[in-house]
Amino acid sequence: MRITLRRGAALFALFGAIGLAQAQDANLARNLAATCANCHGTNGQARGDMKPLAGVSAEKIVAMLADFKSGAQPATIMHQITKGYTDEQIKLIASFLAMQPAGK
Amino acid sequence: MNNLNLGRRHWLGAGAALAATSLVGCAGMSTSGPSIGRVVVVGGGYGGATAARYLKLWGGNVDVTLVERNADFVSCPISNLVLGGYKQMSDITRGYGALKSVGVKVVQGDVTAIDVAGKKLRLAGGGELSYDRLVLSPGIDFMADQVGGLQMALDSGRVLHAWKAGPQTVALRRQIESMPDGGVFAMFIPKAPYRCPPGPYERACVVASYLQVAKPKSKVLVLDGNPEITSKKGLFEKAFKDRYSGMLEYRANAELKELSGNVAKLEFEDVKADVLNVIPPQRAGDLARSTGLLNMNNRWVGVNWLTMESTAAPGVHVLGDATFPAPLMPKSGHMANQHAKVAAAAIIQLLKDQPVNATPVVMNTCYSFVTGREAMHVASVHQYDDKDKTFKTVPGSGGVSAAANQIEARYALSWAENIWADSLAL
Repeated sequence: MRITLRRGAALFALFGAIGLAQAQDANLARNLAATCANCHGTNGQARGDMKPLAGVSAEKIVAMLADFKSGAQPATIMHQITKGYTDEQIKLIASFLAMQPAGK
Repeated sequence: MNNLNLGRRHWLGAGAALAATSLVGCAGMSTSGPSIGRVVVVGGGYGGATAARYLKLWGGNVDVTLVERNADFVSCPISNLVLGGYKQMSDITRGYGALKSVGVKVVQGDVTAIDVAGKKLRLAGGGELSYDRLVLSPGIDFMADQVGGLQMALDSGRVLHAWKAGPQTVALRRQIESMPDGGVFAMFIPKAPYRCPPGPYERACVVASYLQVAKPKSKVLVLDGNPEITSKKGLFEKAFKDRYSGMLEYRANAELKELSGNVAKLEFEDVKADVLNVIPPQRAGDLARSTGLLNMNNRWVGVNWLTMESTAAPGVHVLGDATFPAPLMPKSGHMANQHAKVAAAAIIQLLKDQPVNATPVVMNTCYSFVTGREAMHVASVHQYDDKDKTFKTVPGSGGVSAAANQIEARYALSWAENIWADSLAL
């Protein structure tokens, strides 16, 4: 319950920053996060050598992706992919993945 | 003819499964509450399987029936490693059982006709399925008549394409294995667009990698109908030069005109080879053609990118390689999986009479092996552009690997594991 509340607060903070129009589309975050699933697993529940993102805090995901985007964190591929998403989209993706249960 | 024959064999084999199709549409698949609609998905590859899975994942009470000709999912990505002997068929084969366990009704069989106006389709063996919305993920079929003698050569089994993973993959591996040391493996690449742009060059590398060890006096001849390598050009050129010089020869603008025995005729020369692997020119799958959906160059299916609905047939959503692509959008399994998610989200909204997502995003990553254990990638992100009603790559995003290496090979195999799980609900 505490976790849920904390995530809810984090979500609220994220949504507050991105404007009402997008927040109203509850499916947008889900749809955007689904573009990551090919490598990071359905709802972020990754297998093998890919990084699981399900249940990772939204702040952490946003920070990781920002570092890939800026080049602060070297990568094989993520620096190229993150540049295809707006910061608002990355926040939505992070907010969705953070709420998912960790994989099997 | 080769495809038709294959189809017929599958029809016969699927007889028992088809007997059960009269049940479809009776029992509701809903977990609870009334169904919001019936969706039939035809084709259980990367596109169709993902659509079926995500319709259940996101839609809940949607009746979803997946019709697939084959008993199992066999992946084209990674299948070149089978040709090189680095992977087995079992490594690239997965079942449809997990989709059933999430509530998808899976019917093994062939669709003979689609009645777009009547919203129903006919199955071989006589069954009929009605739907509110249809998802068609028919893949590609070949335009073998563009090369003299090709259809006959394919029918005889002497010349293989192995551009649909399955029995062709096994047979081509066998041909490569029985090739004499000092033999010639010649492969022909059709003019773009075709399924999996970097696939042919990966195949050339992986086969050469195998031959280097097993039959080092052999030769790999890559005859490309295109003016240059169509994907990851610099990286493949480097692989050809650094790893396979002396064994692999690449020729651009080498379009295959005619096949006669084991001789392949180009415009100015004849090529003799021990193994002739011809990737034929391609168009959207037969079912898209017979349904009258090929409204782009009489070859591909135009779609509304917000819903993946065919611009030729309302209520029919078309995915994957069969579509006329948005600019710089590759025909890949990864992209088909992404198309499927756009379609699934839109179909659920449409069934509920609600607006569809106005800002969809799709992305692609594609790994290619250059040896049995080193790989490299190309990636792209495509955002919907409302003004031009199409997906456009984001400037500054995407790109290719700095170099092929073993880390990316591990990622390539993990990509496969994750996308198979994502598509098939494993």
